[in-house]
Amino acid sequence: MRDTFAETVSAALDTDPRLAVVLADISADRFARAAQRHPDRVINLGIREQLLIGAAGGLALAGMRPVAHTFAPFLIERPFEQVKLDLGHQGVGAVLVSIGASYDGAHYGRTHMAPGDVALLDTLPDWTVHVPGHATEVERLLRDALAGEGNVYVRLTERGNAAARPVGAGLVTVRAGSRRSAGVVVAVGPMLDRVLAATEDLDVTVAYTATVRPFDREGLNRLVAQAGHADVLVVEPYLAGTSAHEVAEALGDRRHRQRSLGVRRDTEVRGYGTPADHDRAHGLDTEGIAKAARDFFLV
Amino acid sequence: MSTAPALTRYADLPALIGLMTGDEKHRIAAESTREVLWVLYDRVLNVSPETADDPDRDRFLLSKGHGPMTYYAVLAAKGFLDVAALRRWAAFDSPLGHHPDRTLVPGAEISSGSLGHGLGLGVGTALGLRAQGRHRPRVVVLLGDGELDEGSNHEAIAAAGRLGLDRLTAVVVDNGSATHGWPGGIGERFAREGWTARTVSGRDQDALYDALTAPHGRRPLAVVARVRPKG
Repeated sequence: MRDTFAETVSAALDTDPRLAVVLADISADRFARAAQRHPDRVINLGIREQLLIGAAGGLALAGMRPVAHTFAPFLIERPFEQVKLDLGHQGVGAVLVSIGASYDGAHYGRTHMAPGDVALLDTLPDWTVHVPGHATEVERLLRDALAGEGNVYVRLTERGNAAARPVGAGLVTVRAGSRRSAGVVVAVGPMLDRVLAATEDLDVTVAYTATVRPFDREGLNRLVAQAGHADVLVVEPYLAGTSAHEVAEALGDRRHRQRSLGVRRDTEVRGYGTPADHDRAHGLDTEGIAKAARDFFLV
Repeated sequence: MSTAPALTRYADLPALIGLMTGDEKHRIAAESTREVLWVLYDRVLNVSPETADDPDRDRFLLSKGHGPMTYYAVLAAKGFLDVAALRRWAAFDSPLGHHPDRTLVPGAEISSGSLGHGLGLGVGTALGLRAQGRHRPRVVVLLGDGELDEGSNHEAIAAAGRLGLDRLTAVVVDNGSATHGWPGGIGERFAREGWTARTVSGRDQDALYDALTAPHGRRPLAVVARVRPKG
């Protein structure tokens, strides 16, 4: 996904004079050739993340379409006030693209983990948040983001699904349950393959989305109306319950149950190892999701 | 001898400021920027209400967003703002608050108030103009010396020096409000990072004009405007 991001943006720099990329050393090597072709529009600021976002805001004020990129904790958490004030409050937009996801760099430990990034952006209005599950989806989502005006966050990961799915059209039904089904499972981005495996012997509808903000409330309401029970399980690769308020809004007109799976909120998991180790610790491996789904759907 | 229209002169600023009441806490901060703001809008910046949307206009970014009474007064004197709007400042539906909002204030380039945001936005604006081949507009950011304590400013100062942003100017109004101060003076800090630095009296309009307009090579320019320490 990271290579696809660099290739897509580098190619777009050649055709869209409005585009500029700001970097804080991370991935600068991947943009070296683009920087040779466009030295004024590929700008490496060094390890200066507050300036990364501030400069993106200034570029947008000057009429450019900025793309800012680094590890998720340094892109969203460290300069959060810049994200809030230098973009949204100025009334300008940028495309922020992160790598590292919740724990791609598990061996780095907590300092390089940002499971709260999407929840943090949820404190601000008018952000589009993409959580692609495949490199092919990255390209499609990025092209729209680069051509647009608003604030967009693209959350890349090294771990995704085996196949790309349609993106940009809200929730996509990957497996439809029967009219007597136990409910609906929403799988966000890279969680889809695990969700499909974990729910393979359950009569549920599995829906996929690579775009969580704006959340497809109408689509969820429609899927729930078609299911046997108004029970919704959301499986997200970041902080558990990040989209719970969206589900509540989507189903505000009907009695329903909901449960959220994601990165644990109740404790800081102090461990290194691999992303798979952390999936197990958070109950986000196939077995963990399968158990939670059975519990929730009362199977 | 022709007479300037009412409320358009430097001498009218006290009357314009007098229309705004209710932020006495920041009145000293507002006072400290009076000459700098006047010299910029009267003699330096190439921007007017008619060119406020021209991509080749000069940009003035008020980073020091607290105490904006003088700023509003100057914008009113220069025709960006209706004088009558000053009377209703800080009312819920007034465009003018104790911190300016660019989406509400005609002529304001940025929304500010939280310290340490203007210079980063200025760096980005200067980079954006350069990338578009617009080498004429200046980007002038007004900061306070206390605001320089924010680390975000030091990210911007170092990067602007290294990137050679020669159309960027930082005006630092120094009223000695930084808690731990700046060894060797503020200008020295900017100069070390590759800026041309000039320190002048913040009350001397001609000295300010000279400092802001004399050639400064291919480096960003820092003008430290000293005013009486607040106390």
